[in-house]
Amino acid sequence: MLLIEGLTKQYKTGDRALRGVDLTVPQGQVAALIGPSGAGKSTLLRCVNRLVEPTAGKIALDGVEITGLGRRALRRARRQMGMIFQEYALVERLTVMENVLSGRLGYVGFWRSFFRRFPAPAIDEAFRLLDRVGLAEFVDKRADALSGGQRQRVGIARALIQDPAILLIDEPTASLDPKTSRQIMRLIRELCAERRLPAIINLHDVGLAISFAERIIGLRQGVIVFDGPPERLTPAVLTEIYGEEDWSALIRAASEDGEAEGAGETAAAAGQRQTGFQGSDARARLT
Amino acid sequence: MPVTIGDGRREWQLRDRRGQIGLWLMWLVGTAITVAAIEQISGETIWAFVWDAPEQAADLLTRMVPPRWSYLDKIWSPLWDTINIATLGTLLAIVLGTPLGFLAARNTTPSVALVRPLALLIIVSSRSINSLIWALLLVAILGPGVLAGIFAIALRSIGFVGKLLYEAIEEIDLSQVEAIDATGASPAQTLAYGIVPQIMPAFAGISVYRWDINIRESTVVGLVGAGGIGLQLQSSISTLAWPQVTVIFIAIFVTVVASEWLSARIRHAII
Repeated sequence: MLLIEGLTKQYKTGDRALRGVDLTVPQGQVAALIGPSGAGKSTLLRCVNRLVEPTAGKIALDGVEITGLGRRALRRARRQMGMIFQEYALVERLTVMENVLSGRLGYVGFWRSFFRRFPAPAIDEAFRLLDRVGLAEFVDKRADALSGGQRQRVGIARALIQDPAILLIDEPTASLDPKTSRQIMRLIRELCAERRLPAIINLHDVGLAISFAERIIGLRQGVIVFDGPPERLTPAVLTEIYGEEDWSALIRAASEDGEAEGAGETAAAAGQRQTGFQGSDARARLT
Repeated sequence: MPVTIGDGRREWQLRDRRGQIGLWLMWLVGTAITVAAIEQISGETIWAFVWDAPEQAADLLTRMVPPRWSYLDKIWSPLWDTINIATLGTLLAIVLGTPLGFLAARNTTPSVALVRPLALLIIVSSRSINSLIWALLLVAILGPGVLAGIFAIALRSIGFVGKLLYEAIEEIDLSQVEAIDATGASPAQTLAYGIVPQIMPAFAGISVYRWDINIRESTVVGLVGAGGIGLQLQSSISTLAWPQVTVIFIAIFVTVVASEWLSARIRHAII
């Protein structure tokens, strides 16, 4: 469980990105963070693993207070937090396997990692995860030889091999086409459900947020202005988050879609979704 | 203001009047300086020497051919020395210049205020002195021979490797580094996984390119006694043995062509 209290971030330039944010994400919950550009979504996410240093406030993950940890302890805490990035942020010139295994860096010593002598269980887990995200035959490809969707799958595998207690996901679909975006979002949600992982997902696409998240948090100018299930996301609420616009068509389309996604969830539990999903992915790769 | 409003229409020009005049003035001053420089140079030239230059060159050329091929036997060994000076000098420069690059790059230096300026100072001093001058100094210090040549080449190349490498390090994609950081990796691991793979192509390119340059530079350091084929060249010129000079020129030419071919192949293979 992630606990955030009174989180404030003021950049050196004087911009106040976050103004006293309080937030609790319980076990297994997938929460989408929406809001206009510059609302502080990315800053909030990066404060959690302290890629950005918070100015004030308290953040605790499963009872461990992240804020105030020393460098070494922070590195230990970061192992518990898997992060998935907007432009994938894979090390482009390394292979898929090296990229996935880089998620274990916090667990192995320097020389072992330098000579790529990762422990056997880590390698087994890497193979298992690559199978799971549908990239089994890409193990030895270099990351820069993959398509956007494939790269993001590697990014997901890298985050999961950390065996994290939470996923921090920053605009996972920003550079993907709509179909691949939906596949990636579905994969993330399935994986969170399988492992009862909580996740915070920054999304600029409100439709995706409504379809795939069980909770939506609206951020505007560093303040949470909405927090609730997708059903309560009315045109009035969206106007408050983003400003005046005709929102009704977007909400209607997305919530119909969300119901369809919800119906699929039971099938996923039976394990059928997974095979169907990988089949469609293989077709996508062939075309 | 490039946009002016005259009788209701908006007119647009790239530059306003002042900009236009400034540009013309710049051209005027530039032309005047060029003319003055030509005057100065021609005043200090002994034209009689210049006018018979074609004759002199033709004369030299006739004395240079035919090449004395038998002299080849005497230059195999200095030629091998030359290649070794270049190669060992480059290796030494890479070993010393690479850490220097990391110390000088803004994003990897341990201290921007203290270490970085020091590293930059070393880079600039290494670069500001030509190999030939380094060789002159080192022959005085170490005595003539191959060792002075190796150090001369290395000292000049450290700055080259350091500078190009730190520029490459400063241009890396930071999101990849951030991603490695976020996994809980140690600073050394972040360096090895987030930064080193990104600069490998630049590193390989810089090393091979510098080796290529050093093959050429090492043919010269012998002129001042720092080993290699330059020594033979100098003694041949000073004894007016022009047919031997031709053989040395051809040997250098072939070596340089071979090194360029090889470095192009290596660069291709690595990147």
